[in-house]
Amino acid sequence: MIRSITRQKTEEEIDRLLNGYSRIFIIGCGTCVTMTRTGGEPEVTAMQRRLRDKGKLITGQAVLPVACDNLTSEALKEYGDQINQADLLLIMTCAFGVQTVAGYANKMVVPALDTLFMGKQTSEGLFNEICSQCGSCIIGETGGICPVTSCHKGLVNGPCGGTNDGKCEIDSNKDCAWTLIYNRLEKLNRLDFIRVLKRPRNYQVEPTPGKWNL
Amino acid sequence: MVSSFSKALQSGRFVVTSEVAPPKGTDLEKMIHHIELLRDKVDAVNITDHQSSVMRFPSLGGALMVKELGGEPILQMTCRDRNRMALEADLLFAASRGINNVLCLTGDSIILGDHKEAKAVFDLDSSQLLAAIRQMEKGLDLGGNKLEGTVSFCAGAIVTPEANPIEPQLLKFEKKIEAGAEFIQTQAVYDLDNFKKFMNYARQFPVKILAGIILLTSAPMARFMNKNVAGVNVPQDLIDEMASAPKGRAIEKGIEIAGRMIKRLHDEKMCDGVHIMAIGREELVPDIMSKAGLI
Ligand code: SF4
Ligand code: SF4
Repeated sequence: MIRSITRQKTEEEIDRLLNGYSRIFIIGCGTCVTMTRTGGEPEVTAMQRRLRDKGKLITGQAVLPVACDNLTSEALKEYGDQINQADLLLIMTCAFGVQTVAGYANKMVVPALDTLFMGKQTSEGLFNEICSQCGSCIIGETGGICPVTSCHKGLVNGPCGGTNDGKCEIDSNKDCAWTLIYNRLEKLNRLDFIRVLKRPRNYQVEPTPGKWNL
Repeated sequence: MVSSFSKALQSGRFVVTSEVAPPKGTDLEKMIHHIELLRDKVDAVNITDHQSSVMRFPSLGGALMVKELGGEPILQMTCRDRNRMALEADLLFAASRGINNVLCLTGDSIILGDHKEAKAVFDLDSSQLLAAIRQMEKGLDLGGNKLEGTVSFCAGAIVTPEANPIEPQLLKFEKKIEAGAEFIQTQAVYDLDNFKKFMNYARQFPVKILAGIILLTSAPMARFMNKNVAGVNVPQDLIDEMASAPKGRAIEKGIEIAGRMIKRLHDEKMCDGVHIMAIGREELVPDIMSKAGLI
């Protein structure tokens, strides 16, 4: 399943962002950040304790079922009083959740997490970025492995000179996407696909910010 | 205009190139000194482009300096820092100043350099940059628009003959040739028997190959490269030979080894020339050439 992958900001950064605010309401989410253990029930409670120890007044806390969903507007109503009493909402969800809450609550919001990428859980506790939504999918020619995302440089015509023993030049623990692609297509007997010189990619398929109207 | 480097490649004689790195800053004295040392001894001088992702004086400025000093530059261009528009614009400028040799590189990762938070571009890759040059020579930019005035380049690329695994690397090598590479400067080679095997394969393509020679300066330096530089493999007997040099004389040993390798490449007509990299010790390049019997 696709997940929004997050990492908690450092305590120093969170403290800096909260500087000057004393009454805080904390929001987590029951979906991706619960799974990645960055903004579920235990993390929200730990944050609440830490901030209380630092002298902040925590007006309440909530773990919304799916913070990025439009139903969040209803869910927030349940905590109306506690939210009203707060000067600021500290939000332990991915940035989709933060922006959704910010749109409904008339309050300053502070994200407690950094949103890293849209990832797939590849095994227990391991999440990988395998698609970066480039707008013109080419994995039909690369054996179903995405070079745009899995290659550190997003190269579409084969490996760079930094590849070493099948690993990437930036990290000997990361596979070189082009070794993976080569090996898979060799097995499938379709290396002919990657022998074709690919033209430069179109980076404006859907200009940022993307918008789609049904 | 056909560049003198291109003529040298076509002449069939053993071609020698070397390289100079621009400074970090505006003090050009050392770069000028190195260019002056090399310009009459080699067929062309590469000017590196933010090598290892370390920000420096631009390769275009260095290449212009080679030109002004009466030498023949090879402009190195990586795809890491410029999108296609900026690359095309720099090519137009190069052409307008008589800089007609380009080495097309993808470029190292930003993460390996000294601006670790910078945005990496990689709008094009090395093979697409080569193709872009050929398209511009036909009078069209990458947007398909007509160019006023013409450009003409002797364009090349690199290959790592000792890459592991080698197959994906060779696939890219063939694409570079298809995209229009006329010459290839290889990553450093030390095991010449292995290189010979690579050349047996590479000979089938219409491209000139200059073997990369990196001067060994000490046994620890050789070990360091084996550990840290992708596709560089200094065999143990060469490391032992470096280690056997009397104290303070390792560099002479390195010069001897480089000279000996070049002589063998030349005498056995293994490839079309060499690209000598002395990484900071450019003043030693003439010594290496003389040990190789080239001057
Ligand atoms: S090519 Fe890669 S990034 Fe683009 S849509 Fe396909 S999987 Fe996603
Ligand atoms: S080593 Fe492989 S994955 Fe890493 S940047 Fe180079 S080609 Fe891409």
